[in-house]
Amino acid sequence: MKQNPKKKNSFFEHLREWDEGNFDLTEAAMGELHPPRPERKHQNMDWVHHHLVRMEAREVSFFEHLYPFMAVILAAAMILFLLVVVSEMPAFGRADTPTNTSVVIKRYIGNGLEETGAVNIVAGVILDYRAFDTLGESHVLFTAAIAVFILLLQEHDEKEKQQDLRILKNDLILRKTATVLLPLIIMFGVYVILCGHLGPGGGFSGGAIIGGGLILYSMAFNTGNLGRVINMRSYRIIVLCALLSYSILKCYSFFCGANGLHTIFTTGTPGAIFSAGLILPLNTAVGLVVACTMYGFYSIFTKGRI
Amino acid sequence: MTQILWNSRILCVAVILFAIGFVTLLLNRNLLKKVIGLNIMDTASYLFLTSLGYINGRTAPIIIDGVIEPERYVNPLPAGLVLTGIVVSVSVTAVMLSLTLRLYKRYHTLNIDEIYRQVHLEQEEEA
Amino acid sequence: MSFSVNFPLFLIVLSLISSVVSSLLPRRAARVTALTLYALSFAGNLTLFLYLRTLSGPVNYLMGHFPHPWGNELILNPVEAAFSALFSLVLFLCILGGHHPLEEKIAPNKQHFYYVMTDLVQASLLVLVYTNDLFTGYVFIEICTLSSCGILMIRENGRTILASIRYMIFSLIGSGLFLFGVIFLYNLTGHLLMPDLKESLTALYVSGEYHLPLLAAMSLICIGLAIKSGLCPFHLWMADTYGAAIPASSAILSGLISKGYIFFLIKVILSVFGKYIFYANGLHNVLYVLGAAGIVIGSVSALQEDNIFRMIAYSSAAQIGYIYMGIGLSATVGMEAALFQILTHAMTKPALFLAVAHLSRSANNVKKFHNLQGAAFKNPFAGFAFTFGAFSMIGLPFTMGFISKYLFGLGAFDSTHTKLVPTLIVLAISTILNTLYFARTVIRLYNKPAEDIYRRTGLFSQKSYVLAGIAFIFINLFFGIFARSFIAVLAAGLPQF
Repeated sequence: MKQNPKKKNSFFEHLREWDEGNFDLTEAAMGELHPPRPERKHQNMDWVHHHLVRMEAREVSFFEHLYPFMAVILAAAMILFLLVVVSEMPAFGRADTPTNTSVVIKRYIGNGLEETGAVNIVAGVILDYRAFDTLGESHVLFTAAIAVFILLLQEHDEKEKQQDLRILKNDLILRKTATVLLPLIIMFGVYVILCGHLGPGGGFSGGAIIGGGLILYSMAFNTGNLGRVINMRSYRIIVLCALLSYSILKCYSFFCGANGLHTIFTTGTPGAIFSAGLILPLNTAVGLVVACTMYGFYSIFTKGRI
Repeated sequence: MTQILWNSRILCVAVILFAIGFVTLLLNRNLLKKVIGLNIMDTASYLFLTSLGYINGRTAPIIIDGVIEPERYVNPLPAGLVLTGIVVSVSVTAVMLSLTLRLYKRYHTLNIDEIYRQVHLEQEEEA
Repeated sequence: MSFSVNFPLFLIVLSLISSVVSSLLPRRAARVTALTLYALSFAGNLTLFLYLRTLSGPVNYLMGHFPHPWGNELILNPVEAAFSALFSLVLFLCILGGHHPLEEKIAPNKQHFYYVMTDLVQASLLVLVYTNDLFTGYVFIEICTLSSCGILMIRENGRTILASIRYMIFSLIGSGLFLFGVIFLYNLTGHLLMPDLKESLTALYVSGEYHLPLLAAMSLICIGLAIKSGLCPFHLWMADTYGAAIPASSAILSGLISKGYIFFLIKVILSVFGKYIFYANGLHNVLYVLGAAGIVIGSVSALQEDNIFRMIAYSSAAQIGYIYMGIGLSATVGMEAALFQILTHAMTKPALFLAVAHLSRSANNVKKFHNLQGAAFKNPFAGFAFTFGAFSMIGLPFTMGFISKYLFGLGAFDSTHTKLVPTLIVLAISTILNTLYFARTVIRLYNKPAEDIYRRTGLFSQKSYVLAGIAFIFINLFFGIFARSFIAVLAAGLPQF
């Protein structure tokens, strides 16, 4: 189990070790980032203890042999069971299934344009009819971001040595491509966010596109000037403002809805950019959160900071 | 039965993928592969969910030329649910990967049994 | 309609907002915000409870302008209001009593993140209790999973991170199965809101159509939530998780998070499947058998354990077995017993975890039994709180444990004859085993150590813990003595689901 990875030279040997979980391919590519943990000195233990440890090790490896068989049996059983279930379910692509004939879809499509003002019915559904789900969803992203901060946020001393190793430095092709593509990507992302209620798109997809663009820039230029725009401080302020405005706007809208009051946001003319009530501001807020969080994940995974 | 399964083959593929992902998440010893299994499982759920909304011969639920007949568009609800689900899955994956990274940095292995063994040894050293 | 029906919405949004704001605040301010939020939530839900008791039916609260089956909704009934008030109270007391050991064990620059996570726990518990929509339930189950993993892994030593990855894996398997079950139900009915789902499912069941997919969906949802709450064969993560976390986290994880999932399961059983379908298909028998097995296995494992935190964790597995046994017994008395047991466990287990944490802190952070000898003399109040919690777990009169065991006895007589004898036997065995391992611990705690020189932790050096401990004891006695009126509330509220 404990072979030194440096002795292996064939690619398949590496692959096999990675498969067993002992060895990380990326590490070999970059050289030793972390020195391997020194072997435990079993000599210090008394004989009985040493033997116990080894017995325990053997016992675990016995179960390791069983895992593939158990996995195959369990997977086969589950597949069989679920296939039988599926064979009794409504068929695919038909218009007469319970899902597609329910009253829900009729109102969403028939009255969606009138009630939400969104040409894109999906945007109307997730940001107006079922807006509470979406409120939860953006907070899932926030929760995950905080969890990742807890685990991977590093103090400033460690970051400098790691930074240079993990970033492709001075790669001409990457840099030129990024320079050309970045404005287009950001423009496209902004378009997708702002026209989320008018066509395919919305806060999540647009935010993910912008986040991808920021990651590309960060890869090519080793963060560069981006660090001045998006750092820990600005990240927190953007996310704070976006989530706060989201929660407060939606709370107001829920409150009005539940108490039978009219909101001050009207549906406007369907098809116009400033229409569909709250959908545009909510999409913008979600887009900001998603873009920053995507970039934040990348940055914190590679450098331990934003 | 074969005919029924063939007619809803997308559901069958989703179900098979779900079982594969589930078993990988449960029984594979490699933490990275567990994360891959998790993603396969989630994606299978979303495939299943999306295919529920599809109706042969209809278009995406974006109102064109003011036509608001329900017979023209597919079901918009599954698409919205999948959108929610994808974000959940991204978040969970990020947290799982960062946990994996922390364990790897400390124990230099991705095998969960090996990590378990080393943690056990550490605890015995402490005591 | 009283203004108080708006409180759940305000409290949920306030929890989300304060979690976002807390990520920017310093530690002390974040703690004060969190405590204020939980106190507000307790007061708000209590007011709502008092109002809802005067009504005859539940209140459907629209989240937006559209009623079910189109838009999201909350459903408010007295049982839910009572449970969210008490959950908020427990969260308040856990943070109040556990923040000293907490702040010793977390890196200083990350302490405010702890309160971010507990605020999210509060939000997700409120939603799980109040929601009227299965998919919203799924989204907030995931928030609950991530935030509970957050309060677990924030300790950042190897053992905790391993425990949290195992916890995450089990939780994700559970939520994956739950999601698939929800998708199956959606496929069969085309609805996601509970009242419409119940209506369509009843119609489907009566017509006999889609019988197997319906059964599959129900079992996937039950198994998913059972895995997440730690029912017997899936309880293996519990000991590591509760044993490795910081005490306040163990208290929240065992006392609230698993209870939130179980409450949601009960709600799904009653207001989605409906009593009739669920109990006609024999699914409750599976939960009954697993619950009874969990009681015995958990108690035996607790008896064998020599680490006191892990012992209490295994005891949690046994207590969760009780809840599932109650669900399996019957839809009326059994369900009341299960709900009361949720409350008993939520009030007792955090008190035990906090007491053990303070005992172990006074005795130089030891965890093994033999090192805790005489610890009750070093910290008399924590010793007393532990003893009282142990009495409640064993089920002595005037405590909540007594009432819940009494209700389980009633439930056994209420259910079928085949379940009567096994239930009583399991109750007897578990009471004996409980007595054995708690008596062993209490005797060890009050056994004078050999050396007489020890540092005594007085009441005033741990003011906030003493306050929390007294509150836990007081609530326990209150519900133990005045249980009758609360059981009447449960009995009146159950048909409203």
